[in-house]
Amino acid sequence: MRKVLLASVAATALLGGAASAQQVSGDAVKIGVLTDLSGVYSDFGGAGAVEAARMAVQDFGGKVLGKTIEVISADHQNKADVAASKAREWYDTQGVDLITESLNSSVALAVSKVATEKKRMQIVTGAATSRLSNEDCGPYTIHYVYDTYALAQGTGAAVVKSGGDSWFFLTADYAFGHSLEKDTGDVVKAAGGKVLGAVRHPLSASDFSSFLLQAQSSGAKVVGLANAGTDTVNSIKAAFDFGLTPKQQLAGLLTLVTDVHGLGIEQAQGLFTTEAWYWDQNDETRAFAKRYFEKVKKMPNSNQAGVYSAVTNYLKAVQAANSDDSDAVVKQLKSMTINDMFTKNGKIRQDGLHVHDMYLFQVKAPKDSKYAWDYYKQVAVVPGEQAFQPLQASRCALVNKS
Amino acid sequence: MAARIGLFALVVLIGIAAPFLGLYPVLLMKLLCFALFACAFNLLIGFVGLLSFGHAMFFGSAAYAAGYAMRSWGFSPELGILLGVAVAALLGLVAGSLAIRRQGIYFAMITMALAQMVYFIALQAPFTGGEDGLQGIPRGNLFGVISLQSDLTLYYVVLAMVVAAWLFIARIVHSPFGQILKAIRENEPRAISLGYDTDRFKLIAFVLSAALAGLAGSLKALVLGFATLSDVYWATSGSVILMSLIGGIGTLTGPVIGAFVITGLENVLADRVGSWVTVVLGVIFVVSVLLFRQGLVGSLKRFWPSASRKPATAA
Amino acid sequence: MEIFGVPLVALASQLVLGLVNGSFYAMLSLGLAVIFGTLNIVNFAHGAFYMLGAFGAFFALSTLGLNYWVALIVVPLAVGLIGILVDRGLLQWLRGLDPLYGLLLTFGVSLILEGILRDAYGSSGRSYPRPPALNGVWNLGFMVLPISRAWVIGVSLVVCFTTWFVIERTKLGAYLRAATENPSLTQAFGVNVPLLVTLTFGFGVALAGLAGVLAASAVQITPLMGSNIIIAVFAVVVIGGMGSILGAILTGLGLGLIEGLTRVYYPEASATVVFVIMAIVLLVRPAGLFGRA
Repeated sequence: MRKVLLASVAATALLGGAASAQQVSGDAVKIGVLTDLSGVYSDFGGAGAVEAARMAVQDFGGKVLGKTIEVISADHQNKADVAASKAREWYDTQGVDLITESLNSSVALAVSKVATEKKRMQIVTGAATSRLSNEDCGPYTIHYVYDTYALAQGTGAAVVKSGGDSWFFLTADYAFGHSLEKDTGDVVKAAGGKVLGAVRHPLSASDFSSFLLQAQSSGAKVVGLANAGTDTVNSIKAAFDFGLTPKQQLAGLLTLVTDVHGLGIEQAQGLFTTEAWYWDQNDETRAFAKRYFEKVKKMPNSNQAGVYSAVTNYLKAVQAANSDDSDAVVKQLKSMTINDMFTKNGKIRQDGLHVHDMYLFQVKAPKDSKYAWDYYKQVAVVPGEQAFQPLQASRCALVNKS
Repeated sequence: MAARIGLFALVVLIGIAAPFLGLYPVLLMKLLCFALFACAFNLLIGFVGLLSFGHAMFFGSAAYAAGYAMRSWGFSPELGILLGVAVAALLGLVAGSLAIRRQGIYFAMITMALAQMVYFIALQAPFTGGEDGLQGIPRGNLFGVISLQSDLTLYYVVLAMVVAAWLFIARIVHSPFGQILKAIRENEPRAISLGYDTDRFKLIAFVLSAALAGLAGSLKALVLGFATLSDVYWATSGSVILMSLIGGIGTLTGPVIGAFVITGLENVLADRVGSWVTVVLGVIFVVSVLLFRQGLVGSLKRFWPSASRKPATAA
Repeated sequence: MEIFGVPLVALASQLVLGLVNGSFYAMLSLGLAVIFGTLNIVNFAHGAFYMLGAFGAFFALSTLGLNYWVALIVVPLAVGLIGILVDRGLLQWLRGLDPLYGLLLTFGVSLILEGILRDAYGSSGRSYPRPPALNGVWNLGFMVLPISRAWVIGVSLVVCFTTWFVIERTKLGAYLRAATENPSLTQAFGVNVPLLVTLTFGFGVALAGLAGVLAASAVQITPLMGSNIIIAVFAVVVIGGMGSILGAILTGLGLGLIEGLTRVYYPEASATVVFVIMAIVLLVRPAGLFGRA
């Protein structure tokens, strides 16, 4: 009797633990938003990105090719293993056709491998590492909003031009930070400047003081912040704490409008930033931003707008290709011109990189900010061909070089 | 005894049939790896009486070693696993010799601190990939011939290995060596007075436990294709303690059930309640320590005395 | 001026930061030592109470409108009270059992606290707006000392040495030490031992809470800050030996300084140096530097 009871307990535990049965759904188009819902990048992507995806589906009409469109989401807590497991489970058992957002860079790289293996699509908006269209490119992976190369070309070049010719990097110690440090260092050196050194900090560090002290003692004119999200905000706050500015200039290499909001315009003023999109650029962007603000209570940043655009264009591609088969949709996306509120004349290349215009902004001084979220003044347009790495230089295996 | 073998056969049969019952093989394999990890941990606490709060260091370091060997040196899976086990055993030797110098609570704290050191080393060492983790570990061909690409094939390989390891643990426990370990757990001074070098026995047990945890880690790296910092993080050490606790410390089947319950719970709840998973686990921990120290299997054993209990010897 | 190739300014600044960390180590290991001495429990939740103190200060400001100076008094008391509730409600059932169960229970409590706060505030936590009096720096010539950091060091030193003085040199401390060594005899002399023990636990936890409030004015407060620091504190306690109050304080401060030094000359090892020292101490003097074997 006891044995049977034990066996049933074991069996129940086994069945109870394995909650999902194996099935592939063919009668809905499922889009998964894999993001950081609670951590250092939750403002960067997070719940706002999920909402943007839902808005895109709603605006498209909720159906494509007669099938309903579903949006699901999950929090990967910035852990690549959690994300990869989730992606695998989504592709295998939930019939997810597209995974999007996928910040941060480690997550994007891990999910890209799974996407290539399972032959399903992934459109990366939040992650920045340029490896996604170089060494780690995949036939089903599209890199949509920006990459570290473009950020370096924008902010890096601008800061060097304004006199910052010796740099010290404060780098987030993972794929993204390394990429950004390398790409920006290349720009600085190409412009005749010097890189004096770098210090690596763990992701989501709580105390930047000792790292900033090292930056201070390097004597560099510019402290390049090769990090993002709350890390950037805290680095800047700690820099003010230790009196780093104004002797040394801070360069936030990946700063979004939500970071400026978190920091406050007094401490952020004068910062250069390169973004793909800003809510206050034209009527179309303002209209979208207003609708988004009603739901999320914050203005959308370029990542969240990117999710909206990526999902919309994916659905358009599915419609035009008359199928949700990954090969067909990817082929369609790479032949379309992206033309919506996010960008005009965007082209998705062979290596999966979405080339479009980038913009160099500078954060306004408090006295110039007239209304809520009025943070940026546009300094320059960086055209797509200049912002992104030329196709011939790409180290992606999918590119056939003539 | 026959009933025990019958039960064991039944469980193995369920294991063999499981993928065809509609259960996701990758999840099943993860359950099996953690079950082995919990059994390895339980060997130390249940049968030697040593609470190691840092067992993740063996699990994780084996995962990194095996993963790196399979990915960058082209090792076939069985060689990779062997390397992982060897690395874990070696680490167990070093950590064990340091930790065994103290008893009880200090032992636990030392293992925790050593595991944290391994975590920081893993964070900074170039070959582990730091925050990115070690990704893209190939499945390869077992013994050079059997392709492990299919989830189903890999599942049976993992099932076989875990069952074999469990049988090995059962063998250790019921052997003369195991009896000495139990004697040390019950009353160490008496065991010393009987002439046993208890430190040496404790160290051997520690290394065995570490090696088995390493086996679990290497298998996990093979199954999921990556090794990350989570594998060496203190929370992983904590969760394997919880698995043993609620399953039943000192029983052979307890940790397996505990692992299934906890891993299954994490899987089911993670999407629905987010951070509250940690709270739920904490509550289970507290409740188990207060009311349920024998765990599921232990309590069942108490309420339904074993039919095969040996009769008390007459005076 | 350079010392071994590093400018004095950098060296001094990193040592000060090291001293700040050391102050937290000292306060937390002091609390742990006090609790272990009286209750024979290793309180894994100590880190969680530290974190609770930090978030308590944030909550006090954002929801109750209490400023930092009020929070410095109120929050540790509140955290101490929560600690007493944990003791009365949960820990007391484990009296007399193997202390490992106490470790496991408090581990569970720390998971609960961490999970609740992570759900409420997100894993990257919050930034506590520093009171204006603590902003700014003192320019000492050979280095620039942020006032917030000096404040943390100052308060910790005062609190630690006051605690040591009370326990080792006053009558109340004598009662406590007697109650630890021989509870029944002390009780026979009319001292309410259970009350004393519970209050001591509350005090130890309140120390952690105070450390948390101090931390709020210096660093980003995250739900993980407790678990991150507690493991290092365990190493400190193994190095110093849990028998001695003064030992805990001195070891904590000393290790903070060593960490700071490592950060200057060999930054890659700064996270692991505490554990390496622990390993060395274990090999050479297993009872700990100040411990009684």
